[in-house]
Amino acid sequence: MRSLLRPFLIALLLLAAIVAPIGQGNYITYVLTSWLIFSIASMGLNLTLGYAGQISLAQASFMAIGAYTTALLTLAGWHWMAALVPALLLCFVIGLVLGYPALRVKGHFLAFVTLAFNTLVFLVLRNEDWLTGGNYGLVGMPRPDFGFFSTMKQHNFYYFTLAITIVAAAIMWWIVRSPWGRAFKALRENPIRAESLGVDTRRITLLAFAIGSAYGGLAGALVTPLVQFIEPGSFAVAHSFRILLMVVVGGAGFFFGPFLGAGVVILLPEMLRFTEGYYLIIYAALVILMLVFTPKGLIGVWDLLRNRLFGKAQIRADVKQEPTLK
Amino acid sequence: MTAPILSIRNISKSFGGIHAVRDVSFDVHQGEILGLIGPNGSGKSTLFNSILGQLPPDNGTVEVKGTPVTGMRASKLNRLGVGRTFQQLSVFPQMTVLENIIVAGQEHKGTLTSRLFGPPDAGLTAAADQMIEFFRLTHLRDTPAGSLSFGQQKLVDVAMAFMAGPDLVLLDEPAGGVNLTMLAHLKERLIAYNAEHGTTFVVIEHNMEFVMSLCTRIVVLAEGAIIAEGTPAEIRANQTVIDAYLGG
Repeated sequence: MRSLLRPFLIALLLLAAIVAPIGQGNYITYVLTSWLIFSIASMGLNLTLGYAGQISLAQASFMAIGAYTTALLTLAGWHWMAALVPALLLCFVIGLVLGYPALRVKGHFLAFVTLAFNTLVFLVLRNEDWLTGGNYGLVGMPRPDFGFFSTMKQHNFYYFTLAITIVAAAIMWWIVRSPWGRAFKALRENPIRAESLGVDTRRITLLAFAIGSAYGGLAGALVTPLVQFIEPGSFAVAHSFRILLMVVVGGAGFFFGPFLGAGVVILLPEMLRFTEGYYLIIYAALVILMLVFTPKGLIGVWDLLRNRLFGKAQIRADVKQEPTLK
Repeated sequence: MTAPILSIRNISKSFGGIHAVRDVSFDVHQGEILGLIGPNGSGKSTLFNSILGQLPPDNGTVEVKGTPVTGMRASKLNRLGVGRTFQQLSVFPQMTVLENIIVAGQEHKGTLTSRLFGPPDAGLTAAADQMIEFFRLTHLRDTPAGSLSFGQQKLVDVAMAFMAGPDLVLLDEPAGGVNLTMLAHLKERLIAYNAEHGTTFVVIEHNMEFVMSLCTRIVVLAEGAIIAEGTPAEIRANQTVIDAYLGG
């Protein structure tokens, strides 16, 4: 029963994602698309932070690099799919470079290095008008058109984003279940022990940053055609904190955490709009309560439910049975 | 006598004015179980860390199977066939016992790229199960390592050091904090592994009974220098060793 539960829940989640925009207006569809895009950005940060244990407060800057690269290239006449390739490569390489400080500094020092990087990217976007349009940003980027399928309509763009999200999630699933995924977790849990077992912790650290950054770039590349207008303020440090919140609220180091976390951060404020002026206060209070009562994120709630439904997980395996001495 | 698997020549290490290790030289041969003992502060751990590249020595050289490895990174040293355990518990607590054992062997399978495109378990599940069975931990196979008892985690730790099939394993206080029953189990498994695979062990230990019954040769350090070397019986009878331990 337990083995069937996961595929059943995945199928249910997919079905919900497919039917969600049906009968909804453009605004709700736009919000749902944002949820998918931020899920991709959070998936990337979840790899860097949740799986590999490397703190990064620069995910919004990689969204910016992805968004601006795609915007400049599509405005120059490139198809979105073609523009995506250099955008991802650029984010991967810059992520690799940003990973180097992680080889020397850890914890909050690393957080400040990445924070400084995000600020640097923001300042470049704001001040280099000749390239980025400065404060006015870039406008009028076309949405991808595949001939048989145009994404000009909001619903079509949602399904296009959903398809990209599924592919990105499948690739992430493959990575975290591969020996790389175990090496990332080993790095997070005990880097000295990991190194002593032959794990090249330098390479693995750099890869965690590079892959996580490429996911940020992919999310940014989707923001460009979604809003068709980008400006530096959309990628400021506050947005990196927002993505961090998504990872923590969802459950860092859990595959489905980013989807839940992005759902809370993007969708919950919209659901609370009926409370009018109080919605941000209620939203903030709910987030605080969630973090206090489920420090493992929303996945922690799922763990509690699973234990209730299928019996409690064995906390100490040696309580019932002493080590067998044959 | 075969060529040494581990050769330590004139290793010295100081911290400011304190000479932690002074001109230490010895060889370890294939299949030996060598004990490295000494009172607290005698330089055992510093020597261990110098051998394993964690603390580059001020002077001297370390060779493994004739290859100079002085100051070499731990991951490279591991790929040369050197395993180790730590004084503190060093399993990956959120991974299951099986995952801990697999991660300990996977880096020896193919290249970084081939590991990504290969099977998720790096083809190691069967070998890992054998290792788990060898340490009689099968009933804990799918349990997160962090929820095991201290002694069980020590066994997992040792199993991880063995998973890549090393030629030489350095064990840092394997008996520390382990209860008597588990200690007997650990010793019996170490002797069995040594007999089956011919793996060489270097063991730092404070538990004299454990080290005397496990090791075939013992090196004694005091104040950073070797004061005695010989069989357990010789060491037991050595007056200099007795004086060093009793402060005479």
